[in-house]
Amino acid sequence: MLQITNLHATVADKPILKGLTLSLNAGEIHAIMGPNGAGKSTLGYVLSGRPGYEVTEGSVTFNGEDLLAMDPHERAAAGLFLGFQYPVEIPGVSNVQFLREALNAQRKHRGEEPLSGGEFLKLARAQADAMGMDMEMLKRPVNVGFSGGEKKRNEMVQMGIIDPALAILDETDSGLDIDALRVVGEGINRIMRRPDKAVLLITHYQRLLDYVQPDFVHVLADGRITRSGGPELALELEREGYKELAA
Amino acid sequence: MTALPTRRDEEWRYAPVEVLAGLKALPEAEHIAVEAGATRPIYKCVSTGAANKVDIQRFQIDIAEGARCEAFFLLTGSGYKRLDIDVTLAEGAHFELGAVGIGRGEEVTEIVTRLRHVAPGATSNQVMRGVAMDQATITMIGRIDVAKEAQHTDAALGAKGLLLDRTATINAKPELEIYADDVKCAHGCAIGQLDEMALFYAQQRGLPMAEARNLLMQAFVAEAYGEIGDTKWRDHMTGYAESALRGTF
Repeated sequence: MLQITNLHATVADKPILKGLTLSLNAGEIHAIMGPNGAGKSTLGYVLSGRPGYEVTEGSVTFNGEDLLAMDPHERAAAGLFLGFQYPVEIPGVSNVQFLREALNAQRKHRGEEPLSGGEFLKLARAQADAMGMDMEMLKRPVNVGFSGGEKKRNEMVQMGIIDPALAILDETDSGLDIDALRVVGEGINRIMRRPDKAVLLITHYQRLLDYVQPDFVHVLADGRITRSGGPELALELEREGYKELAA
Repeated sequence: MTALPTRRDEEWRYAPVEVLAGLKALPEAEHIAVEAGATRPIYKCVSTGAANKVDIQRFQIDIAEGARCEAFFLLTGSGYKRLDIDVTLAEGAHFELGAVGIGRGEEVTEIVTRLRHVAPGATSNQVMRGVAMDQATITMIGRIDVAKEAQHTDAALGAKGLLLDRTATINAKPELEIYADDVKCAHGCAIGQLDEMALFYAQQRGLPMAEARNLLMQAFVAEAYGEIGDTKWRDHMTGYAESALRGTF
């Protein structure tokens, strides 16, 4: 589904990714772990096309298409979803309006009919219920006044509504208490654990992986994947720290 | 007829002199008296059709004891346009303003208010929003006078500008002159650009750049109409503002 080959990227002319190669197949959940500053968030931003994150070498294909040639909204319509480490507040735009316009823009791009107001609300309500989020919160401006945990929960509601093929989740576990962590973990499994979908979980810690079992674990250090393995690698990292393994 | 102002007048400091020179006199202010206990809504679009056209709308509003005036304006279209409001508030009166100015090309747009809190316990809330594109200039000046007798005045003024191009100009200036000692007067001015991170967030969720920008601009101007209680009118005004942002007003 996603093939990243020898990816080099810079931010403000500073090289961050230095030859990253990684391959994800449908039905797989991959976890990327690594120390601060290794380039984990940069990878998420480069894949989703954030301005200012410049690819200098390498290629990325998504379902056989050149991902890097697409605009951010085209990547979204193609099925790529980025769960933000710090979800953005948008005063004056309700979650419902924001998501309905976004989803219908994606559908339009794919040549599908837009959802009516009623159809959309039904979908939004089902996803909010599944994440234990009050529908009233979805009527409030996007992430404004939400706690850290509520913002992450809202990312999962958005992911459920948008129903992407590939989710890149950037430290979705940070800022969550134990109960919220479980709810978010269950959300990821419910929405994304399917034969036709894939997940790239970016995380510092093992604890989210207790709820979302990865098929593969990779260590990202200094802009490259330095080690790959199965779920046991995450436990090893938790025990030994990154220092030993990153080299 | 009122004598022509000059740029030495603070309230005309940013106005284009060449436009003023072309006028014989300022248009008379429309006088609006809101009787005691009454509520008077005003909804108005100040819009000229042509690039060389001048549209100056002036209002002199007297709000009697315990009365309310809720005024909402949209300024858009080419040329020079100016909204000039002079309000006097009696005891316990309230004045609510929501004004949006949208400028493109070389348009000059001005929103100038003067509130006179002359009696105790009156309240006012003014929300001004300016969106400037191309070489447009938008000026928002809000002056609030609180007389010695006007204890327990509660006045708020918020003026925010959105600069969409490097070549556009926004001036925002609150002026407060307070002689009473037991009052609340809040004022804030902010001029900025569209939030890059919010734009990217919206695009990542599927909105093309142009639609993402529109969504954020709409949200920005809608703040000026948030206090419109009549939902039909609130929808009208936000709808007009949205078309003005798109350039299809």
